[in-house]
Amino acid sequence: MNANMTTPMKTDLFTSWRRFPWLPIAAILLILAPKAQAHIIKGEAGGFASGFHHPWSGLDHITAMVAVGLWGAQLGGRAMWLLPVVFPIVMACGGFLGLIGVPLPGQEVGIALSALLLGLMVLGAVKPKHLIWPAILVGTFGFYHGHAHGTELPPGQSGLFYSIGFVIATGTLHLCGITIGLLNRWPAGKAAIRSAGAVIMGCGVYFLWVALQPEPGEPAPAKATGALVTPGDGWHHV
Amino acid sequence: MSERTTVRAILSAILALWLCPARAEAHLVTTGLGPVYDGIDHFFLSPADEIPALALALLAGLRGTAAGRRALAVLPVAWLAGGWAGLATRGWSAPPEEMVGALSLLLLGVLVASDIALPAAVVAGLAGLLGLAHGFLDGVGFLQAGMGKGMLEITGIAVTLFVLVALGAAAAVVAKPMWARTAVRVLGSWIAASGLLWTGWVLHGFK
Repeated sequence: MNANMTTPMKTDLFTSWRRFPWLPIAAILLILAPKAQAHIIKGEAGGFASGFHHPWSGLDHITAMVAVGLWGAQLGGRAMWLLPVVFPIVMACGGFLGLIGVPLPGQEVGIALSALLLGLMVLGAVKPKHLIWPAILVGTFGFYHGHAHGTELPPGQSGLFYSIGFVIATGTLHLCGITIGLLNRWPAGKAAIRSAGAVIMGCGVYFLWVALQPEPGEPAPAKATGALVTPGDGWHHV
Repeated sequence: MSERTTVRAILSAILALWLCPARAEAHLVTTGLGPVYDGIDHFFLSPADEIPALALALLAGLRGTAAGRRALAVLPVAWLAGGWAGLATRGWSAPPEEMVGALSLLLLGVLVASDIALPAAVVAGLAGLLGLAHGFLDGVGFLQAGMGKGMLEITGIAVTLFVLVALGAAAAVVAKPMWARTAVRVLGSWIAASGLLWTGWVLHGFK
């Protein structure tokens, strides 16, 4: 028997070490953080970190984006990738309008409904006949989420780095959803995904309840009318 | 000393260095390797230049080898020409660098994400426009920063572009399976989304 077969890990390690002797040198150079030359743009690191952190900062955004990935995985085929392509672009459209100051009524309610309805779609493993319907639903909610992010963007950062971090984080959340959604191949996995949809829907109900509460210091509406009003700095459904 | 001990010693040294990194100074400090390397360094540290160039490479690759070859030939030359024009310009204190960068990202990202069947000549035209605009802004930037004569830095960028477009376009050309092509399109949608958000940011007036 070949002696090397008894210690495969060791052999692999040392073979790699012999074949790539420059690897440790490259690693050392990588971590030495040498002086770099760049444009004079302030806040690069802060911009990327802030942008990357932003989508993770609210459970409402996380649940909706993971739900998009889960639903895409349930739909399978082209839909698995169509939805994550549609969502960032439409979300950026919403963010663009938020940034330039175009108001969007019912923002908080729309975001709450996104978790509720997307969770419902995952729970019911709904598969529309045409892909256009999931794309429209996801796109609409992406618009609401993007607008909320656009109005919340902090000044004093690098816009490019912030935007890149923000989009990468959003895409990462979708990929998380898609990865979890791969459990759909097994019966137990299907049940687990649908349970996750139920949890997301429950979160959506809670978000909706919070969104419908009056702002602190404001009198509660005497009667629900369905009208949209603007208390303070946000829109609430009453 | 055995090989395993050597590996452990090196890994320990790496860990030690990792725990005490040097401060990165990223403001127009030259590499010390000469102007061509300064240009290469500048390009890799400027995502406003790097990402549109990558998006163009992906677009050219999605459109096939003919479009890839044209982009490979046109983009570095156009960047050089634009850089030369920018270095020759005087008195332009505030070029619209951010807006050009944002719109480049948006346009090229949308084209990659939508996978529109553009003719190779149109891709080459886009490469020319991108190279001229970004090269010009780089030239003006180098001039304002007082970085030597600037042309060698632009040459370094052009060489880097040649390599980047060759690799990026080749990667997209061989992306034949559905999942690989879709992955390129997803990347395009992310680029477009970043460009659109950045456009809004610039219009909003954040600095």
